[in-house]
This record gives sequence, structure tokens and C-alpha cells, in this order.
Amino acid sequence: MQAFEYIAANTVSEVVTLLDEKGENARILAGGTDLIVQVREGKRNLDWMIDIKSIPEVNEIDYNADSGLTLGAAVPCYQIYAVEDICDAYPGLIDATTIIGGTAIQGRAAIGGNLCNASPAADAIPPLIVLKATCVIAGPNGEREIPVEDFCTAPGQTVLEKGEMLVSIKIPAPQENSSSYYLRFIPRNEMDIAVVGAGASVVLDAAKERFISARIALAAVAPTPLFAEEASTLLAGREISDSVIDEAAQAAQSISRPISDMRGTAEQRTHLVGVLTRRALNGAIQRVKEAV
Amino acid sequence: MTKKSHVQTTINDETVEFLCEPRQSLLEVLRDELHLTGAKEGCNNGNCGACSVILDGRLVNSCLVLGIETEGHSVETIEGLAEPEELHPIQDAFLENAALQCGICTPGFIMSAKALLDQNPKPTEHEVRYWLAGNLCRCTGYDKIVRAVLDAAAAM
Repeated sequence: MQAFEYIAANTVSEVVTLLDEKGENARILAGGTDLIVQVREGKRNLDWMIDIKSIPEVNEIDYNADSGLTLGAAVPCYQIYAVEDICDAYPGLIDATTIIGGTAIQGRAAIGGNLCNASPAADAIPPLIVLKATCVIAGPNGEREIPVEDFCTAPGQTVLEKGEMLVSIKIPAPQENSSSYYLRFIPRNEMDIAVVGAGASVVLDAAKERFISARIALAAVAPTPLFAEEASTLLAGREISDSVIDEAAQAAQSISRPISDMRGTAEQRTHLVGVLTRRALNGAIQRVKEAV
Repeated sequence: MTKKSHVQTTINDETVEFLCEPRQSLLEVLRDELHLTGAKEGCNNGNCGACSVILDGRLVNSCLVLGIETEGHSVETIEGLAEPEELHPIQDAFLENAALQCGICTPGFIMSAKALLDQNPKPTEHEVRYWLAGNLCRCTGYDKIVRAVLDAAAAM
């Protein structure tokens, strides 16, 4: 691996100053499961690795039924699914955290890292989008907060400007009669990268027969994970039926612009968007109906 | 070459000090600096699990952790498992079940199994298979390994 300097930072402002000073030559180290491989394989050049795991804010994992979840950018997957309240509140997020890599990867890999790595196939991003997560970003000009669907701009690229770091992710508290679901298609049972991923969240009426609102998001069918806005909004107020779910699935397919690569062809991916969107919606609906 | 840093960590319950460059992974430090060659380098990118060790009670791929990151932390490796005169029950179960052939993946599988049994002493077969999904074996076909872990769980 190429040589670089390592700094274990203790505060957010220290990281912001370092990033502002070093620019592209510095990169934040959280779980390291993507970054270390990229540097080792020569896909990323850097002079400085800034380890943020000693900073309290990025390790925060705080759930409250009124205010929702604050998830520090460096919290590894296993800490998330270890909290029962979080599993109950955001099952779609748990679907993703339990399939990112295997056990050893989940022991290190952070959701914040999954975001900053900005892979089009990132499993954690569709659930964050459907759960209306926001990104808390610290920078030289203070803090800003943006919707998670605006965070990734291209493969490996994010909205983070020079000197900026992702500090935490905030997810609003779940509403009454709501749930979420994420699934992906891979040719094996586990330890693989999504050919297509789809997440859905739904809020149903008291009778659980009608959508009050829904959100759908997709992975691996565009240069960034996608919020399927039209597919989501067309469900609002509609009675739950196979045909309305088909309509949403078709709307999701219409915004997909997949490529053909070693994992699958564009045609297969477009087909999968329809299948997985239906399954994600039905999965989320089923969870609302099963809840006591 | 970057300047070497002094790191103090706990390995298999003993305080250990070493010098390393930031670019050296925990796996490289274990093998090349500390001569603990139980953990193996397979893929060096987090897919195969041959380098699995336990860091602060959690299973990790030591190829994806920097040695310098372990300052003040605690690492368990395969070398710490057996008593001087007695194998660990998981090691016994691997021998009894012939759960290894070439042996390259074995230290990783055993550390992974230990991490599982530490937190879930009586796993189901499904839980064992899912937990071990990050460890690859090209010899056994996995079945003997899964049976060994279930036997070890029963024996412990």
C-alpha cells in the first residue's frame, strides 16, 4: 500500500481544519472497509488518513420515539441492529445493515461511510432515502443539513465541499401505521453487491387499506441511488391493490437508467426494478399489517 | 517511507508494543512484526475472511484494519485460543469433524466461530451459516465446518 500519514482526530473542528488545509490529499477513515481497499488497490491516492472514530459526535447513536434517530457517521452496522428500538422503528434500515458484507465487515463498516463512498449500489442509501433521512455536514462555514437523496452526485462523488465532513445522519421518528423494507437482487444468498436494490416506506390509514403516503428508492440503476419521486407520490391517498402497486413499479422503472456490466444487463436491471419495487412495497405494507 | 509510530495494544490478553507505518494493516503487523502467523492473507480486500481476528470483542477482517488503529484496543487471534496442553473446544470439533483440508481458511473460520459462540452460545444451523458467510473455504464444501461449529456449541 502507498505511504500516508495517519491522524486520529479528537474533534469535528480539528477534522474540518485538516480537510480544509489538505484538500483532496486527505480522506476520512471510519470503518475503513472501502477506503483501505481503494488505497491498497491504487484506486485512490492520498497523503493523509484522518481517523474520526475518537470523536464523540460521530459515534452517537441516539433513538427517541419523539425525535427519531441520530446516527453518528462512524457508527458501525452491528451497533445499529443491536438496538431493539431502532430495529422496530426502522426495519428497512435494518434490512440493509444486516446484508452489507458479512459479519466481519458489519463489525467495522459505517452507514456514514456507505454514504460517503457514494456507490450507486450502496445498500444503506435507499432505506435512508425512504426514511427521509438528512445529512448533518460540518464545514469551514459552519453546519448545514441536506436531504440524503441529494448527498451523492456521481459514482464516488458527494456534495461535500473542501473542508466538509459528514457528522451524522438524522432520521425522523416513524409515524403511526408506517413501516419500511429494503431488498436487493444478488445471485448468491449473501456477501455480494446489489444487481438492483429497492427500498420502500409506507404510511397507511388506520384501517390499513389505503396509502397515506409512500416513498420508493432504488440502487444500482443510475449513477447515484435514486429517489423515485413520481412512483412515490402517485400512491398517496390510493387504496392498496396490486394494480396501484404495479403503477408505482412502472413509474420506478421509467426513471431507471441502468448500465450493462458484469453483474447484469440493463434490460435485466430494468425488469428487476419492477419486481423489487413491488416486493419492497408489499413487504413494508405487510409489516404495518403485522404490527400489533 | 513514512515515519513509524509506536503502538501499544493488547493481544491475547498480553500488552504488546510495536512500531509500524500507518499503511501497515493489522494483518501485516501481526504476521510481519509480531510473527503471529495464524491469521492468513487470502484476498486482502475483505472478501475471504482468512485474516479474521476479534477486535474489542467484534469479529473483523484484520486486512481492513490499520495496525495503528489498534492503539489502546484489544485483539484476539488464533494463537490465544488453545491452553498449553489442551485445544479449544472449537479446535477439537474441527479436528473431529475433519472440517479442514488445506487449512488456510481454518484460523479465520475458528475465530469467526468463536466470535459467534461468544455472543450466541447455541446458534441454529441457519445462524451458523449466515454468520460464517464472510469466510470462504474452497476445500470442504462448508458442511463439515458447520457441523463442527454446532458440535463445539453443544460441547461448550
